[in-house]
Formats: sequence, structure tokens, C-alpha cells
Amino acid sequence: MTENGLGHRERVLNVDTMNPNVKRIEYAVRGPIVQRAVQIEKELKEGVKKPFTEVIKANIGDAHAMGQKPITFFRQVIALCVYPDLLEDEKFPEDAKNRARRILQACGGGSLGAYSASSGIEVIRQDVAKYIEKRDGGIPSNPDNIYLSTGASDAIATMLKLLTSGEGKTRTGVMISIPQYPLYSAALAELAAVQISYYLDEDKCWSLDVNELRRAVKAAREHCNPRALCIINPGNPTGQVQSRQCIENVIRFAAEEHLFLMADEVYQDNVYMEGCQFHSFKKVLFEMGSEYSSVVELASFHSTSKCYMGECGFRGGYMEVINMDPEVKLQLTKLVSVRLCPSIPGQALLDLVVNHPQPDEPSYATFIKERTANLHILSEKAKMTEQVLNTVPGIHCNPVQGAMYTFPRLTLPEKAINAAKEKEQAPDMFYCMKLLEETGICLVPGSGFGQRDGTYHFRMTILPATEKLKIVLEKIREFHKRFTEEFS
Amino acid sequence: MRSIKQTELEPLVRRANQIKTEVTQGGRKPCKDVIDVSWGDKHRGGVQPLTFVRQVLAACLYPQLVHSYKLPEDVRQRVQSLLGACDGGSVGSYTPTGGISYIQCSVSNFISRRDGGVPSSPENIFMTSGSQRSIMQVLKMLADFHNQASLPTGVLTAVPTYSSFKMMLQTLGATVVPYYLDEEQGWAMEVEELRRALQASKGICNTVALYVINPGNPTGHVQSRKCIEEVIRFAAEERLFLMADEVYQESVFGEGSEFVSYKKVLSEMGPPLSHTVELASFHSASKGFMGECGLRGGYVELVNLDPAVMRYAYTIFSTDICAPVTGQLALELMANPPRPGDPSYPVYAQETQSIQAMLVHNMNWVPEVLNNIPGISCQPMMGGAFVFPRLYLPQAAIEKAKVVGMQPDLWYCKRLLEEAGVCVGPGCEYGQKEGTHHIRLCVMTPVETMEEVLKRLKTFHLHFLKEFS
Repeated sequence: MTENGLGHRERVLNVDTMNPNVKRIEYAVRGPIVQRAVQIEKELKEGVKKPFTEVIKANIGDAHAMGQKPITFFRQVIALCVYPDLLEDEKFPEDAKNRARRILQACGGGSLGAYSASSGIEVIRQDVAKYIEKRDGGIPSNPDNIYLSTGASDAIATMLKLLTSGEGKTRTGVMISIPQYPLYSAALAELAAVQISYYLDEDKCWSLDVNELRRAVKAAREHCNPRALCIINPGNPTGQVQSRQCIENVIRFAAEEHLFLMADEVYQDNVYMEGCQFHSFKKVLFEMGSEYSSVVELASFHSTSKCYMGECGFRGGYMEVINMDPEVKLQLTKLVSVRLCPSIPGQALLDLVVNHPQPDEPSYATFIKERTANLHILSEKAKMTEQVLNTVPGIHCNPVQGAMYTFPRLTLPEKAINAAKEKEQAPDMFYCMKLLEETGICLVPGSGFGQRDGTYHFRMTILPATEKLKIVLEKIREFHKRFTEEFS
Repeated sequence: MRSIKQTELEPLVRRANQIKTEVTQGGRKPCKDVIDVSWGDKHRGGVQPLTFVRQVLAACLYPQLVHSYKLPEDVRQRVQSLLGACDGGSVGSYTPTGGISYIQCSVSNFISRRDGGVPSSPENIFMTSGSQRSIMQVLKMLADFHNQASLPTGVLTAVPTYSSFKMMLQTLGATVVPYYLDEEQGWAMEVEELRRALQASKGICNTVALYVINPGNPTGHVQSRKCIEEVIRFAAEERLFLMADEVYQESVFGEGSEFVSYKKVLSEMGPPLSHTVELASFHSASKGFMGECGLRGGYVELVNLDPAVMRYAYTIFSTDICAPVTGQLALELMANPPRPGDPSYPVYAQETQSIQAMLVHNMNWVPEVLNNIPGISCQPMMGGAFVFPRLYLPQAAIEKAKVVGMQPDLWYCKRLLEEAGVCVGPGCEYGQKEGTHHIRLCVMTPVETMEEVLKRLKTFHLHFLKEFS
């Protein structure tokens, strides 16, 4: 019996009885700073006076929230699917109507409202396989290896669950990059799997060095059973686009160490820097010959949330599994059936992403214009962000080669670090909170993604509209100057 | 992982789809088509979506429709409100963790109205990809089921119960603590049986929660208020976390039946129970008149949870980022359908009345027909989506099934599918008393389809009895 009062003492589900693994979960992208930002927004709405008039949420990779417009064709087809009466309306182009009819034919009762098979609508999995083949220069893709999912996150969490087993020293260890997108650390915490951190090299533009992988796995073998290696390419939060050579090295390493490779490729169209190119892990694997392509186990993930379409709210995604043990695949199929099926509109949207208008189709011109514009604007913003932040003394920003974020390094005065410690906050959280309170700009502190000890960062998206982004960067510059002076 | 039992239904459904394909390709088959009544899926069964719902969704997806297409005024207004509540005015944006605030409010108002004014807080509502996801997340909070250190952790679960829930428990490593529903009493839940089940589990596992589904799946039973009170009292006495799955609440048409929510009953039981019994209530847009299973709109309302635990609940729901926006929109439309006087109301009323008439007809008629087939008995259907009739299989048939290596009712279902082109769920999938056999049929199906299903079932069953007499 505690002294904590009536409520706590009588609760069946309290912090002592609940799943201890859940208590270890942290997810910075929705963490305390974002919650404070939401609170501030409420206060602004209620008329509370602040040094700013709006909260700018540069914390989450959500393009539409920042004003990017949806791809017309995609929304037309989904609208047609949702309300087939519109198939009679001449204002919709014929190619959109054909796509809609094809999708509806594959749905139970011809409706997006019917459940699908748990791995997704078959014709859509076939389309995904064709897309992968085309993207990877003809390397075959089997629809039976494709599992549609609720965003890539769902598939990633499912794979991690499948891989996790053992106790104590035989407990599954999973290698993830530092810095990383915190879904991985959250999933590992919940599963009580062992997180094996490998550091990306900030001085070399966040590149991956196989020697660092070797160091990490060797140390890990003392206390767990390393089974998987996760890599995000293009990277989140770091934006690096791995070179082909690097990808080959990682594959070789995975083969040597007998690790299951998980390649998170949701930003595959978001490549901005000259000289950088997206290479899918699968393509590189198969081009390395059967010595590797017949043995290395790989799961590749993609989604509808990023790239040029930015349809986060649809929760569309898929994974392709390569060389998976058939018995394990059976278990995977069972596991996904527990959640019934992914959202049908999300599946339909994914179908359009992998099967978009072709040059001979009526909607092609508009489609290609919109896609090109979206990617071009992102590219411009990536450059601008890097340039402006690098003019600020005390902020160093690696080139944003791809993805949607910048992860600049902050030099923080000793006094500020101490002030943070007093508040029991990570120094970059302290910095970001102050930034939020003074400017309304919401970023996520680097501590939420992982970083080398004694270094501080923040993650900012490059998504606000160009004019707004200019203002944001300017405000950060001013804030950083003020902050440095205040704590000097 | 290896311990998850293969569901019996999926291969049957796969085979059903296979036969469908063969039939359309002109393959030689005894049946001319396959009717699949094994899913709780209205649209798959041939029920049409609601016009208002689809108009609002279409215009939210493609806002140009608001200006260019002839849409009723209430549709336009609703679309404008909803898009105004989305970041960047787009349904393609992420939403806050629990869902779009506007919709959380709609849902909590809906709950309050439904429960005669019992207050509901939007912050206690988390929208997810189908109610199954929120059930999973809540279960995860209860315990680390995989922890082998002490006793395994268990959840009191009805026999029969639908298979996805059992698979979910297996996935988590939780132990099913079975309590038997009373078939002779229309599949009623009895507290004495709960007590027996809990007692039997002592020393074997640590039971932390009681999962109830009302209206029942697969049973079609609707709990009385008295029963709900007894269950709540039992959960309080035994310090169990109460999980009330109420996704079929819109589907209650049996004579004398009435849906009353666990939350309402709890509230009306007054303090201290009303302030202390911890409850998670689940609902979704999949099963009611809307029948929008594919949109994946579900929610959980967490009642009387420790505020410290609620903070962790927020974190764990955050790892999914948010529910699909189309699912959230579906929940909004479920919570706020057209009202009398709204331009869309006449069509909405006509469509829902037509669905209701279908359900009322089927609920009364299907058990009656089944009861008139020798060797089949069926409890009255009070609500929900399914009937779970009992098959009295001849001993010879049971022996034959053993030889083939299948559960007798699974074998029966397989033969029913191959010979009559009807796909139903086998009782072994859901659990049943030893030595009994059942099948599960969805009755949220157009009357003509139901008539055909029962006609084929009767023919098949009589033939089957003869074969094994």
C-alpha cells in the first residue's frame, strides 16, 4: 500500500504492474517538445500573447501539413474508387477511371470498404512487383514476397517482432544506426530486443563505415545474439545517400556475419545532390552475383508517405522479403493476419504510386509536371537550408543529400549545458524548448535520434514552404546568436 | 512465434477464392458459384456503402468536387469542416496520435449521447487502424507476456470467440483463460462460469484482464444490463482490467434486446466502482450500417486509467504515428450521421432502414430455418453479425473426419464448400465444448443471398446425414 492516495493504490493497471517494456519506449517525433508545441497552439488560439503568431511544425516529415499539394491523378482515382458514381462524370480523365475500375474489380463486393487478404490485394502486390522489377533494371520480383502494410512502420515492426527471440545472452540483437529514426529504438524497447548501435560518421557526411559495423557487432556478441542490421537509405535524420560501394560493403558484411538485412528505403525518390544516386539494396544484392543473392536475407521497405507524393495520412506501404526461409514466411503470413488488413485506400494509393501515368496517357503531362515540381522544390530547399545554417557560427550542417531533413550539429556554451543539466534536460532539448518558446519553431532535439556523447544536434524538416523556410532559417540564426550570448 | 496456430479459416477462404476463379474460367464444378459468408464484411456480401459517407469521403480526397460536382449542401459543409481540421487542409497529412481533435470530440460526444449524458473526454480516445490495433496496444500495456520469469500472464476469453483475438493473444505470448458461454441459454455469459475459469487458472497463470465482446462474435448474444453489472462487479473484486469490445453495438434487433454500453452501466453503478474500475471500450466503423471494414477506422476509449499509465498509452499509440485518415473520417461520419432536416437525410434514412430491414429479417428468419433442418440447432440471434448453429454430426462422419485428420466441423465446411459452393467458418476455429460441432455464418447479407445459402446448406446437410446414417 503506498501513500500516493486513493487513485494510485486502487488501480489494477499502474506503473508498477504495467508492461515494463512499454515504459522504456521513447518516440521523440511525438515526444515532450511536440506536446508542448500543441499546447502553445491551443494557447495562441485562445488569444494568449506570444512573440510569434503561429507554431511552425518542422518536427515531422509531413509535406502536406506544410502546404505541398497532393498529386492530382492520385486523388482523382481514389475519389473515383470511393464514390463510383463519379465514373459517369466527364470531368475525370479516362486513365483515372480505368485505374479506378481495375482497383474496384479487385475489391470484395467492388468496394474499398471490404477487407482484403491480410498481405494485401493481389493485383496490387503484382503491380508493386512490376514496379520493383522496372526500378531495378529487370531483376525479378515475386508478388508472393510482397506484403502490403499500414505505412512502412507496420512492416518494420512486424519484421522486428519476427526476428526477436531468445533470452539473456541469446536475446536477439538488432543493429541500428546512430542517429536513427526512433521507430526502430521504440520497437526494440517494446520487444525487449537488444539495440546494437553503430555510429554514422558525421565528419564524412554521415557515411557508413563497415569497420564501425564490425566493431559494433563484435562488442555485441558478448551479451546478445546479433540477428539483424537496419539501414535507412536515404537516411533519416541525416539525409545521406549511401554510395553503391557502401551498399555492397554492407551486404558483404551482412553475409559474413549472418545478419538479416532491413533496408528502409521510403525516401528513395528524395535524392537531391549532384553525384548521388539511389541504389536499392535488392538491386545491388542481385548484381553482386548468386554467391550473395541466393543467401543474404533481406527485407526492403517503402511507403506512400514521402518521396514526391507525401501522402502520410493514407498509411500506405509495403515490404519485399528476399530469401526468407519458407517456414518463417509462413509465420510472417500468420503474424500479419492478426491485424486483418491494411487500409484499402492506402493500398489503392500505393497501386497508383507504383503504376502511375505513362507517357502515352492523358494524365501524364500534369502528373510529371507535379512530380518534377515537388522534387525540384525539395531539392532547392535542401540546398538553401544547408547554405543558411552553415553561415551561423556554432551551427554546422552536412549537405542534405536526400530525404527530408537536416541534422545540424550545434556548438553549445558550457553554461547552457549546465543549465540544461539543472533542469534534468538533454542540452539539445533545452535548446529546442527555448527555441520553441521564443520563436514558435518546433524541431526535434538530436538526443531523440541518438548522437555521439558530447555532441548536440536538432532535426529540422526542409518541408515548410520556401518563403516560410527562409524566415524559419533566419529566426534560427537569430536565436542561436541570442542563445550563445545569453549563456556565454 | 512458432506457437501461433494456423487459422483454419484462411485456407478455406483461399480455397473459396480458388473455386471462384475456376468457376469464372469455366472449370467443371458441382456448384455454379461460391457464396462466402465466412467474413463479417457487409460490402463483400453485397451490401452497398452509404451514399452520404462516400460523398463526403470522395470530396475530402478530391476537394475540387466541392465546387464542381452536384453535392448536397450538408456534404459540402461537412467536407469543409473536416478539411479545415486537417493539417495543410489535406487528408494526406499525419494527424495527432489519438486522431484529429475535431473527430476525437465528435466521437466523445457520440459516446456521451449514446450513454444518456455520461461524460466522455476526447483525450481518452485513441483512433487506430481498426479496433484490432487498439486492442493489441491495450494488451501490450497490461503485461510483458513473454516474461518467462514467473507465471505466464493470462486473459479471460470467451469460448467461443473469434479467431483473430486468440491469435493476437498468441502473438503476444498471452495465455487464453477460457470461460464457456452457455449455449442452452442463448450463449449467455454467467459470472459463476467466470469465477470457475479464474479459479481454475490460479497457479497456472496470472490473469490480468477480462475480454468481453458484446454483442457476441460468433454467438449473436446481447448481454443484459444485469449481466453487465455482474461482470463489472466480478472484474472489480478480482482486480481484472476490463476490455469491452462493442463493435457490433449498432446491430441489435432481437426482440427484447437492447445494447447498453459497459461504460454506461459502470457509470450508473455509482461510486466507488464508477470511478475505479478500469475499462477499455472498443468500437469501429467496420460493422454498423456503414460497414466500412476496409477503411480501418477503430477507436478505444480508456476509462478510469491511472494518469501516469495514460502518458505511456499516448507513447505506445504514437509509435503508429496515427490511424489512417480515411478511417478517422469514417468514424466522424459514424458519430455524426445526417439528421432529420439535413438534405442528405432522406437518402441516408432510406439506405439505413433498408439495411436494418435486411438484418431484422435475417436475424429472425435464419435461426428459424436452421432449427428446422434435422441435425442442426440454432440459438436465437439477438444482435451482432453471425449465427453459430450447432451441428449434430453422425458418429460415422466424425470417424471419417478423424481418418482424414481434420476436425469434424472443419471437414464438414470443406465439403460444404466443394460440393455446395458455400463458405462458412468451422466451429473449431472459435472454440466450443468438447464433442460439439458448430459453423459460423454471417447474416449481414442481402436476403436473397441468405436464402440461397440456407437452401444450399439444407440440401447439403440432408445429403450429408444420409451419407453417414
